[in-house]
Amino acid sequence: MAVAGDDSATIFALSTAGLPSAIAVIRVSGPKSGPALETLSGRLPEPRRASLTLLRDPADGEPIDRGLVLWFPGPDSATGEDLAEFHVHGSKAVAAKLLNVLGNMPGLRVAEAGEFTRRAFLNQRMDLSAVEGLGDLLAAETESQRRQALAMAEGGLARHIAAWREALLMAEARLEAVLNFSDEGDVEEGDERFALEQAQSVHNEILELLERPPAERIRDGVRVALAGPPNAGKSTLFNALIAREAAIVSATAGTTRDVIEAPVEIDGIAFLFSDTAGLRDSGDAIEDEGVKRAISTSEQADIILWLGDAGEAPSQGNVLKLHPRVDEQGRSESSDPGIITISAKTGEGMDQLRSELLQRARALLPQQGQIALYQRQRQALREAAGLLATAAPGDWVVLVETLRQARAVLDRLTGRGGVEDMLDALFGRFCIGK
Amino acid sequence: MAKNAIPERYDVIVVGGGHAGCEAAAAAARVGARTALVSMRKDMIGAMSCNPAIGGLGKGHLVREVDAFDGLIGRASDAAAIHYRMLNRSKGAAVRGPRIQADRKLYRAAIHEMLNETPLLDIVEAEATALDLAENGRTVRGLVVDGHQTLAGTSVILATGTFLGAKLHFGLENEAGGRVGERAATALAEQLYAAKLPMARLKTGTPPRLDGRTIDWAALDVQPSDEDGWTMALRTEERRNPALFCAITRTNRRTHDIIRNALDRSPLFSGEIQGEGPRYCPSIEDKIHRFGDRDGHQIFLEPEGLDDPAVYPNGISTSLPADVQRDFLRTIAGLEKVEIAQLGYAVEYDHVDPRILGHDLGVRSMPGLYLAGQINGTTGYEEAAAQGLVAGINAARFARGESVATFDRETSYIGVMIDDLVLQGVTEPYRMLTARAEYRLRLRADNAATRLSEKALTWNCLGDAHKAVIARRNTQLHDVRVAMEQSVTAAQAEDAGIAVGQHRETRSLADWLTLPGANVVGIKALAPGCAAHDDDVVSEVIEDIRYAPYLERQAAEVARLGTDENIRIPQGLRYRDIAGLSNEMVERLEMARPSTLAEAVRIRGITPAALAAILVHTRQRAA
Repeated sequence: MAVAGDDSATIFALSTAGLPSAIAVIRVSGPKSGPALETLSGRLPEPRRASLTLLRDPADGEPIDRGLVLWFPGPDSATGEDLAEFHVHGSKAVAAKLLNVLGNMPGLRVAEAGEFTRRAFLNQRMDLSAVEGLGDLLAAETESQRRQALAMAEGGLARHIAAWREALLMAEARLEAVLNFSDEGDVEEGDERFALEQAQSVHNEILELLERPPAERIRDGVRVALAGPPNAGKSTLFNALIAREAAIVSATAGTTRDVIEAPVEIDGIAFLFSDTAGLRDSGDAIEDEGVKRAISTSEQADIILWLGDAGEAPSQGNVLKLHPRVDEQGRSESSDPGIITISAKTGEGMDQLRSELLQRARALLPQQGQIALYQRQRQALREAAGLLATAAPGDWVVLVETLRQARAVLDRLTGRGGVEDMLDALFGRFCIGK
Repeated sequence: MAKNAIPERYDVIVVGGGHAGCEAAAAAARVGARTALVSMRKDMIGAMSCNPAIGGLGKGHLVREVDAFDGLIGRASDAAAIHYRMLNRSKGAAVRGPRIQADRKLYRAAIHEMLNETPLLDIVEAEATALDLAENGRTVRGLVVDGHQTLAGTSVILATGTFLGAKLHFGLENEAGGRVGERAATALAEQLYAAKLPMARLKTGTPPRLDGRTIDWAALDVQPSDEDGWTMALRTEERRNPALFCAITRTNRRTHDIIRNALDRSPLFSGEIQGEGPRYCPSIEDKIHRFGDRDGHQIFLEPEGLDDPAVYPNGISTSLPADVQRDFLRTIAGLEKVEIAQLGYAVEYDHVDPRILGHDLGVRSMPGLYLAGQINGTTGYEEAAAQGLVAGINAARFARGESVATFDRETSYIGVMIDDLVLQGVTEPYRMLTARAEYRLRLRADNAATRLSEKALTWNCLGDAHKAVIARRNTQLHDVRVAMEQSVTAAQAEDAGIAVGQHRETRSLADWLTLPGANVVGIKALAPGCAAHDDDVVSEVIEDIRYAPYLERQAAEVARLGTDENIRIPQGLRYRDIAGLSNEMVERLEMARPSTLAEAVRIRGITPAALAAILVHTRQRAA
């Protein structure tokens, strides 16, 4: 039986959440992955190729499930070790059986929280900021967070940091050349101004990143599409929604005359309202294109305001059904409590609509503190920017030390600096080694 | 220096009379060890084999630090100095480098005189043929000299310089030897090779010596000696010798053409020399080969002595053949009719990989054996002297069963160097640079005594004369610091040269000093409490105040690293058993054997992932 915390053991876990589901993925990492895969599927498949295989229980030869298996020999795998993946049907019975069979194999044990990531880090498959980004990805519940997390996992922050390090290093090198070798002649008088410019530009770039709202929805607004058949009152409602608010920046036409977008801030939250073409089959080429775009806009929207008949509403969960134009003759209030009755003209129901929008938007946005950059990262970036802000001409040692300290702070973010810092972050987030 | 018969047993035996050996022997004897200094030629003890300059950037710090332990190099420098120059004067006090040009003969005489005055120290003129080892083949118990006589000793320090497997290159001719005209100590080398100590080959070079009487000085820019009377050593009261000037000239395209056409006659390019040379102080062949686009390289012409016509052309070390050396020299302004007094040459030599050493410079696998100086892959008198000090103190302490005396990175350049050597090893001759010291804002050349005197006292390194100077200095430092608290009006501050700007209020003198413009003369005129005290003491306090805000900022960084210092790595740790460590990591870690996580962090090429793996592993062991 493999001991918990033992890095040489082969580990496995269900990598997809929430059974039952369409597909369940079970990952195995470590030296025994290959034998495990071979035992279950009867052969070792071609590396990095999905192959359809019948998986059998080695104890009695009974089939477990037919599924896809993948074989990634180390070190070119996500963890840097030999790694196998079983993509099977997402039923509780199948997953439980497969996990049970794996657990009975010698040298295999269930992975601890974050252990795959930890192995990837130990095997230098990712640096710290990538690890943290991946943590986000696993915990991401909203689409915008997912994208943010993905960028981070791909080393977005790491790339920034690498460029800043390089810039500071260049400046330091030119100062150091003079400080260390001026007795031998043959050094160019280093350029103090060059160093100060580098410091200034890195400083500005860090501030820019810090000031950037921490998630796309915060930056671009929660996307709300108004949809429904022609003459449902979309444009009237659109105008009412954007005209009521003082914080309108501008109303700009979209790429086509058919989609009009306007950013509006309600109660501190940014929204991006889109007025789309009415959905119908017209036979007119231009209008058809407009309809196509309307559908696409609706698909990308976070919230769809549906102004047509309730029965014809799109089936997605993000649709908010409205009963508009209640001020018109013959349109009484809707009896369905899930439908908001409004009049863009009289303002009836508008407050209820806004409060419903806010409630839905808040659920979509990242929680306070759970932002694109971790608190630790923001703090370090602020510290580095603060140091760079003090870069001044005069005493070159102080100048070069200032640059070096700023670089050391950046290093802490990618795990090149203080070991304790880095490990605090790691242990705290992934519970490794506990 | 006793002339008596050889005693039954020495505490410390030092092999080699260069800068490392002399400093080691003097330090060991100073802390109370019965010491022998073994040298093949007594008259060559304290010789300056290369450039007769001492100090410089980073190196000046080392001289001042050795001096803080009452060492030889600072005092010998002052005794021999014929030119003083403070480098980086305008770039900040923390990187100022005091440097002197020495008269070779005066330097050697000063070293001899100081060694002669050292109690408990014998000088033995003999060839060190072998270490005398115990039956286990590892523990040192003395030294065999001249092939037959054994000196019993508890510790042996090898400070043999480039004598290990050395080969001299003049053009394509080469011969075994250390310095020109001396025998090479190959017998001892055989024993070290047999002991399987890991070794590597390095090279270093020297320029031709010129006959100064054939130089057209009038045609050259002159660099005079500094006039303010600073000295290298704390105990030196005033400068002794007349000052000579240096001159500056440059190579030109014609020089480069001659050298380029003769590259096939240089052992560096013919493949004769395999040792790795320094990146920062390349031979002129290298410079022209690597920086071919440059139209000239600066040369400092440095006098070698008061009554010595020899001139050292700093910047053109070479191992080209004689005719090429003469031809290219004569293309240089001021050197059109120059005669060569001694040809330039390259030396190749073996050094021991210093990662086998502890922070006491003792060989971990051979108790009682210490290595200091070029044998560890360093270059430079100052680096050698500093290692001699460390090895001397520790060899003496070992002989008496006392704990290791450790120099750390936070308080000295010596600590930086030792730590670099034993953890990183060397890939080129190691030279001190201020950039190597992460705490250099606090490690100034001017505050070496303040930083290190307490340690020196604790280890019993200081003679009475030195102690008296320190005591006086400490009183002055105290007075001046008190004087800094006095209230000073804006008008007074302005009179003292301080750029008061918009300030019109009365502040403490220390507060005023955070503004630019203050100088020692102005402050002494302003503050009666400072007036009677030494300029260098006042200046040190001024710089302390100026750097204080930056030091505070750095304190957080130091504290953070301190945490890693407290995480101990067990000495017997089997790195191969740690999952996730590549073979390369395992090799580096096993070679350097870091004792704390902070030391592991400093090893070149050790990745954060490897550190995480080590920490996780040690925590698991502890759990």
